Amino acid sequence: MNDTVSEARAAYLAARARRARRIRAVQIGILAAFLAAWELAARTGAVDDFIVSSPSRIASTLSGMIANDLAMHVGVTLFETLAGFSIGAGLGLMIAAALWWSDFASRVAQPYLVVLNSLPKIALGPVIIILAGAGTRAIVFMALAISMIVTILEMLAGFRSTDAGSIVMARTFGATKRQIFFKIVLPSNLSTLFGSLKINIGLSLVGVIAGEFLVSKAGLGYLIVYGGQVFRMDLVMTGVILLSVMAALMYRAVSALEACARRRFGG
Amino acid sequence: MEMLRVDSAALVYQAENGEITAFEDISFSVEKGEFLSIVGPSGCGKSTLLSVIAGLLPATGGAIFVRGERIRGISPHIGYMLQRDTLLEWRTIRSNVLFGLEIRGALTAQSVARADRLLKTYGLADFAGMYPRQLSGGMRQRAALIRTLAAEPDILLLDEAFSALDYQTRLAVTDDVYRILKSEGVTALLVTHDIPESISMGDRVMVLSERPARIRELLTVDFGAKLPPLERRAHPAFGPYFDRIWKELRQDE
Repeated sequence: MNDTVSEARAAYLAARARRARRIRAVQIGILAAFLAAWELAARTGAVDDFIVSSPSRIASTLSGMIANDLAMHVGVTLFETLAGFSIGAGLGLMIAAALWWSDFASRVAQPYLVVLNSLPKIALGPVIIILAGAGTRAIVFMALAISMIVTILEMLAGFRSTDAGSIVMARTFGATKRQIFFKIVLPSNLSTLFGSLKINIGLSLVGVIAGEFLVSKAGLGYLIVYGGQVFRMDLVMTGVILLSVMAALMYRAVSALEACARRRFGG
Repeated sequence: MEMLRVDSAALVYQAENGEITAFEDISFSVEKGEFLSIVGPSGCGKSTLLSVIAGLLPATGGAIFVRGERIRGISPHIGYMLQRDTLLEWRTIRSNVLFGLEIRGALTAQSVARADRLLKTYGLADFAGMYPRQLSGGMRQRAALIRTLAAEPDILLLDEAFSALDYQTRLAVTDDVYRILKSEGVTALLVTHDIPESISMGDRVMVLSERPARIRELLTVDFGAKLPPLERRAHPAFGPYFDRIWKELRQDE
């Protein structure tokens, strides 16, 4: 590599860095403007801050909650989401692998998967609650039910579209079906896997919140429902904002995991 | 010494719209170290014939022998190379080259040393730690060849192995592969639709008919000294061989 950078190259790099800074600045600017407009509208009475709350009211609610039981509520929701997410992803991956393994089974399962996928799992809420009991188990079960079917469908489609040439190549070396799966099919679907994990974060959260709406005594979903019932919209808005922060952080965590896996597998 | 013998091989397969005979009554043998090219009209079943020899498809008639021993299914005696290099993108070149040995559970100090020697001899040692996407098409194809050779096959099957490359790379790779195969003393079968390629690489050229494929002619290609492919293309005997194979192939039309 050449150590000395040409003038044109330096200018190009500087322009690129400038552009990245500008994109970030505008992103932050939009958020700041939105918050300022919201606060201003609330203070001047343009919107009713009893209903839509305001950034300052959310901030004071938040600081009050931090002193109180915020950590517990966040912890409960986080635990339920992670449990539903990992069990859903794990089971989904295993079922997809089994369906890849047996063409017969996957053809049999096809119509059921399609129906289950389009069925709104939340509609099964009452049944799930009776089956799993009104508590954490029902909530985790709901999150799992929502994320698992999508994982199965996505992963199975990915497994099926694995490069046929690579599989033939492995077969000519006498590879067993197990070797083909672990050495060819699974590693070539790393990006499918992480793509579906990223979608599943959002889906698991939907499941958890829906579950908490129905049965819970703790968690962010519970706070939101409770806030609605006692007309404390500050609490509702704070809950929603905490949820979006949580979703963003979990997305980041999966991205980091993906980067790690890619380094490990060089993909 | 006879390395491969194909004895009245036939393949009939069942398709939705009926029974299709891919080829029938194919018999030939290949000597150790010999290079046999197989040409035929497109869709005549020449690649299918290679898949049968590779054990990927069971023949519905006849038998295949390697060193006089009948083989059934996938055999460690046989190496197979496809049109695309099928290098695994998430593995380094060295790890790709060791893939076949790994699958067979044959990763020994000796076999790994042999693979490393092949990488070194054929100029890939410096690229061993790189990933396939960092290599040119020609080098990728060479890595794929070394992967096949590292498993020490007695016979190498090349299924249109160069047709995915651009023309110039293809000429260079053909020369490259020919040199490697001759210096390693590998017996090879090349299926191609490219007549010049078949003449430039083969010691003999087998011309197949339209489906159901039968052997139309088995032609010995003789350029006097053992010329590498590029020099063969410039040889005065090249043109007449081309015309002869061309006419054989045209008989079906």
